[in-house]
Amino acid sequence: MEKMNTENHIQYIYGIADNSLILGQRLSQLCGHGPTLETDIACTNIALDLLGQTRNYYQYAAQCMGESATEDTIAFLRTERQYRNVLLVEQPNTHFGYVMARQFLFDVYHLLVVTQLQESTDSMLAAIAQKSVKEVQYHQRFSAAWIKRLGDGTAQSHQKIQEAINDLWKFTDELFYQNEHDIAAIHAGVGVDVSTLKESYMTTVTEVLTEATLTIPAETWFRKGGKEGIHSEHMGYLLAEMQYMQRTYPDMKW
Amino acid sequence: MKTENLKDRAILFEQKIARDEKIEPKDWMPEKYRKTHIRQISQHAHSEIVGMLPEGNWITRAPSMRRKVALLAKVQDEAGHGLYLYSACETLGVTREELYAQLHEGTAKYSSIFNYPTLTWADIGAIGWLVDGAAIINQVPLCTTSYGPYARAMVRVCKEESFHQRQGYEIMTILANGTKVQKEMAQDALNRWWWPSLMMFGPTDAESVHTAQSMQWKLKRKTNDALRQQFVDQTVPQADILDLQIPDPALKWNPERKQYDFGPIDWEEFWQVVKGHGPCNQERITARVKAWEEGEWVRDAAVAYADKQSDATLQKAI
Repeated sequence: MEKMNTENHIQYIYGIADNSLILGQRLSQLCGHGPTLETDIACTNIALDLLGQTRNYYQYAAQCMGESATEDTIAFLRTERQYRNVLLVEQPNTHFGYVMARQFLFDVYHLLVVTQLQESTDSMLAAIAQKSVKEVQYHQRFSAAWIKRLGDGTAQSHQKIQEAINDLWKFTDELFYQNEHDIAAIHAGVGVDVSTLKESYMTTVTEVLTEATLTIPAETWFRKGGKEGIHSEHMGYLLAEMQYMQRTYPDMKW
Repeated sequence: MKTENLKDRAILFEQKIARDEKIEPKDWMPEKYRKTHIRQISQHAHSEIVGMLPEGNWITRAPSMRRKVALLAKVQDEAGHGLYLYSACETLGVTREELYAQLHEGTAKYSSIFNYPTLTWADIGAIGWLVDGAAIINQVPLCTTSYGPYARAMVRVCKEESFHQRQGYEIMTILANGTKVQKEMAQDALNRWWWPSLMMFGPTDAESVHTAQSMQWKLKRKTNDALRQQFVDQTVPQADILDLQIPDPALKWNPERKQYDFGPIDWEEFWQVVKGHGPCNQERITARVKAWEEGEWVRDAAVAYADKQSDATLQKAI
């Protein structure tokens, strides 16, 4: 097994953790604005799980980096090009259909990743993954249930969730893209080879969409770039809001 | 029901309350008791839900990861409180949809404090410290109120509110001991939230229309003015520890009463906010109505799907 350098290690952690941070941030924008109190509480729970995982990953990354790095410098003081999340998770909360479609398309992938990550030779990552698996199983159960409700609910909900799935589909292929750091992490036995997860992903997604009476998009054109730090235009605004305090009042304790 | 029978029931009901026994949903209760409880519990539930908005305003901008998750969890707790309280209210024969409609139409009230804006991060600290602090003083006596479902909901609500209050005070402590700009931020928040917090206890006893009946039903155990005094006496020493100034030149320890004297409250401002002329009344209701209207297709879908599922289960059974 090859050794990887610290930069690879940290970038690999970002590749996983940034997805949780950005999706957690997106979900937390909805707190207090959900269609029912119950869904509001559930979406906030998912956001809390994701942000909790983010903290575990970032604290570990900060420890690997040493010096003055903290979970907050990692979360709030990087530039847009330094975030490694996939484009899917930064997409806006257009309506509840988009929120659930984004969640579901991510959850199926996320569960496969954390399940495998439990086998990592990096015992800290394996431990975080072990804790996350239980949470992400719930996320997938929740989002899949909503895909079914919306798909097989009313004609209007069917049309809206299909529209969201169609629109977000172009971001799904990037989930299986691997950059140089991912590859180094795989060779070191630390990372998950996500290219091997695509078949399982498609099986689960197809199963749920079919039960929801929805059509699998025929789209073959996909967008990618997030994992290389090339984001959509939505990302800059998300970061401007999220980093506001740290940028306005640098070097203070909160 | 015969008049005699009704009288007997009313006497039994009053005796039960006098013995500190709980009134449960299926027990007989006077119509006025039922209506008063629907009004108060729903106002309380609406306050929790509307209260999510000013605090939710800072979740996406919280200054650290720890603060972000703590605030998110706190606002989620408020949603949970709303849920228990609406459920307690529903046991009195009203639906959550009807209660929402009253909130959206403006016929039901909620705590006026949430019509003030959260302008800086320190406001999140001030809300936890002062607003949740005032809420606890108002609510602890309700844990022993006569209506069972309300009393039980309040036990949990108060435990969580007490945690929120400590969290708010901790935010203020960090700011008050931080840089000059942080301390100024904390003082500014205290300046803006102090008087509205005192108004949370409602009109003075002389002006309060519901107090007498509510005391009899143990829906209220102390008067508005007594609770307000308790809040001032509890909070002033906390401000001293933070080395922040309460924005009241008349505030002074009264050694004879062994309580603080404080300046007059601007009741004109209080009534203006109650009437809808606060800084954010319109924004708060607009946000609630928007969430409800935009969620309609989602709720319809859930009902339609559930109906299809139960039809399918029925078909299988046949």
